[in-house]
Amino acid sequence: MEERTPLASTPWLDPDARPFVRIEGLSKHFGDFKAVDAIDLDIYRAELFSILGASGSGKTTLLRMLAGLEAPTSGRIEIDGVDVTDAPPYERPLNIMFQSYALFPHMTVEQNVAYGLKKDRTPGPEIQRRVAEILDLVQLSSHARAKPSQISGGQSQRVALARALIKQPKVLLLDEPLAALDKKLREHTQFELVNIQDQLGVTFVVVTHDQEEAMTLSTRIAVMNEGRFTQIGTPNEIYEHPCNRFTADFVGKINLFEATVIGGGDAEVTLRCEALDCTITLPHAAPLAAGAAVSLAVRPEKIFLAKEPPRETDRTVLRGVVLDLGYFGGLSLYRIETGNGTVIEVSAQNRQRDARGPEWDDEVYLSWDASNTILLGE
Amino acid sequence: MKRHGTFVLSMMAFGFAFLYVPIALVVLYSFNGSSLSTVWGGFSLRWYGELFRNEEILRAVLLSLRIAALSASVATALGTLAGMAMARLPRFRGRTLFTAMILTPLVMPEVLTGLSLLLLFVSLHDLFGWPGARGGSTIAIAHITFSTAYVAVIVRSRLTGMDPSLEEAAMDLGARPLRVFLDITVPLIAPALLTGWLLAFTLSLDDLVIASFVSGPGSTTLPMLIFSKVRLGVTPEINALATVIIVIVATGIAIAARTMRRREARHAERPAPLGTGTG
Repeated sequence: MEERTPLASTPWLDPDARPFVRIEGLSKHFGDFKAVDAIDLDIYRAELFSILGASGSGKTTLLRMLAGLEAPTSGRIEIDGVDVTDAPPYERPLNIMFQSYALFPHMTVEQNVAYGLKKDRTPGPEIQRRVAEILDLVQLSSHARAKPSQISGGQSQRVALARALIKQPKVLLLDEPLAALDKKLREHTQFELVNIQDQLGVTFVVVTHDQEEAMTLSTRIAVMNEGRFTQIGTPNEIYEHPCNRFTADFVGKINLFEATVIGGGDAEVTLRCEALDCTITLPHAAPLAAGAAVSLAVRPEKIFLAKEPPRETDRTVLRGVVLDLGYFGGLSLYRIETGNGTVIEVSAQNRQRDARGPEWDDEVYLSWDASNTILLGE
Repeated sequence: MKRHGTFVLSMMAFGFAFLYVPIALVVLYSFNGSSLSTVWGGFSLRWYGELFRNEEILRAVLLSLRIAALSASVATALGTLAGMAMARLPRFRGRTLFTAMILTPLVMPEVLTGLSLLLLFVSLHDLFGWPGARGGSTIAIAHITFSTAYVAVIVRSRLTGMDPSLEEAAMDLGARPLRVFLDITVPLIAPALLTGWLLAFTLSLDDLVIASFVSGPGSTTLPMLIFSKVRLGVTPEINALATVIIVIVATGIAIAARTMRRREARHAERPAPLGTGTG
C-alpha cells in the first residue's frame, strides 16, 4: 500500500510546493474555552490527511470550520488559492461526509446522491449519467431505489461517500468515516476508501479518534490536543519519532521514563535515568543544559525479552520479573517489574506454535538497542 | 389462560358506560319524534331537517369552520417559525425568556387570555380605530395567539429529535437556507405540521370562553350558539347537531387509524437493515 496516491511524493518537504488547503492562525473560542487555538496547517493536493485527537480536542470544530458550518473567531482558510474564510457552506468547493452519514430519510439512495447536482442546476441527463457512474463506483447500483432505512450500515456509509463525491469537490472532509461500522467491515472499508481516493485523486481530510484508522489511511497525520497540534508528520514519523510526550503517549503504546541530563558534547547527550538505573548516551543535535529534565521513551515491541542475558553488550539491559501477561494470539503483552519497582511493557510476537514464553513470576532479561530509545524534551 | 374475574369485567363495563352512555343518549334522542327532549315520541328524522333549515346554526357552523381553518393555518406558520427558533438558533441572550413567553399561553387560564385580549382590542380600537367591530377576525386573532404555542411545542420537539447534520448536509451540497428548509426540514417535520394544524383547528372549533370575550354582536361561533341554546333547555336540534359532529369525528378517527395501520404494515414488510444502524 506504499505507492498509492498520485501525490507528488512528499510535497511537504519541498519549500516551493504550493499548499492546496492553507489554514493560518485559525481559532474558535466558545466563551473562554479555546476549542481551536491559532492553528496553522498546509495540506497538499491529493493528500489523505488525518487529524487525530481524543474527543474534545477540537478536531471536529476544525473540520466544521473548514466546511463553513462554524464561523472561526479569527484566522484564514484558503482552498486552491481562494480565500473561503467567510464563504457560506453552499459556496465552498468542498463536501463533507458526516459521522452519522446524514442521509435524507425521505429520499431514495439515488435522490440522495443526485441532490448536490440538482442544486447546481446540472441538466437531467447528466445527473442520471453521473449518479449511475458513482453508484457503480461504490457498488450500490442495485440499491438505487432503496430508502436509507432499507440498507445496511456499510451501504449507508457508501451512499454518504457517493453523495459527497458526486460534485467532484476539491476537498472531501470525512468526520469519523468508519466509526459507525463494526470491526470486520471497518478494515474492508478502510482499503476501499483509500482505493477510491486513489482513483479520483481528491484531497481527503479525515477527522478521527482511532489511531489505527489514521495510521493505515493517511499520507500525513496531525495529532491534536486541547485545540492545538502537538505534531504533524507521516504515520511513521508520528510513531517512531514523536517529538513530545503527548504524541508519544497518545499514539500507540509506549514506556516513558524520567531522566536528567548530566553531560554531553556537540552531537550527543548523556543522561541519568533512575527508573532504569542506568546512564545512557544518545545522539542529540541541540545541546541540552546539564540538570535539565527530559523523558526517555521505548515502544513495547522494540524491547527484546529473553530468559537468558543477551550476548551483545552495546544494548540497554535490564533484569526483571513477569508481573502480568496478556495473550492476544498473534502477540503477547508482558508487564515486567524491574529491581527498583519500575514497570515496563513489552510485546513479543508468538512466532512458534508450541514455544513456551516466560510465565508469571519468571525472571527475565529485557534489552533494546540504544537507537530505539526516544529522547523527549518535554 | 385465566379468565378475567367478574369484578374486572363489570368495572370495565361501568367505565365504558360512564363514558359512552351519555353520548349514546344524545344520538338516540336526535331521532326522537317528540319536541320534548325527555319524552320518547317515536323514531323520526325531523330534527335533522330542522337542523339543516336553521340558518342560525348553519351560519354558526360556517363561521366556526372558517375561523378554525384560518387560525390553524396562521398558527401553524407562526408556530413553526417559533419552534425553529427554539430548536435551531444558537444560544442568544434572552433565549430562556423567549421560550417561556412563547409557551405561556399553554398554561394561562382561558378566562385571563380572553379578558386581556378583549382589553387589548378595546384599547387598540380607541387608539387606532382598529379593529372596529369585534367579530370573526378578532376571534381568529385570539385563537391564533394561543394555538401558536401548541404548534411551537410540537414542532420544537420534532426538530430536537432530528439530526441537525441532515440540514447541514443539504447546505454543504449547495442548497441555500430557504431551499434546505423546503427540501429537508419541511418534509421531515410534516407529521408535526399536520398534527399541529389539526390540534389548532380542534382547539379553535372547541373554544367557548375566549371567543365569548372577543366576539361582537352578530358573530356567534358554534360553541357559543350551543351554549346559549342549552341554557334555555336542550332542544332536539342540538342533539341532531351533536350526532352529526360525532359521526364526522368518528369517521375522521377511523380513517386516521386505518392509514396508520397500513403505514405500519408497509414498514413491517420491509427487510430489516442488515448491518449496524447509522447511530
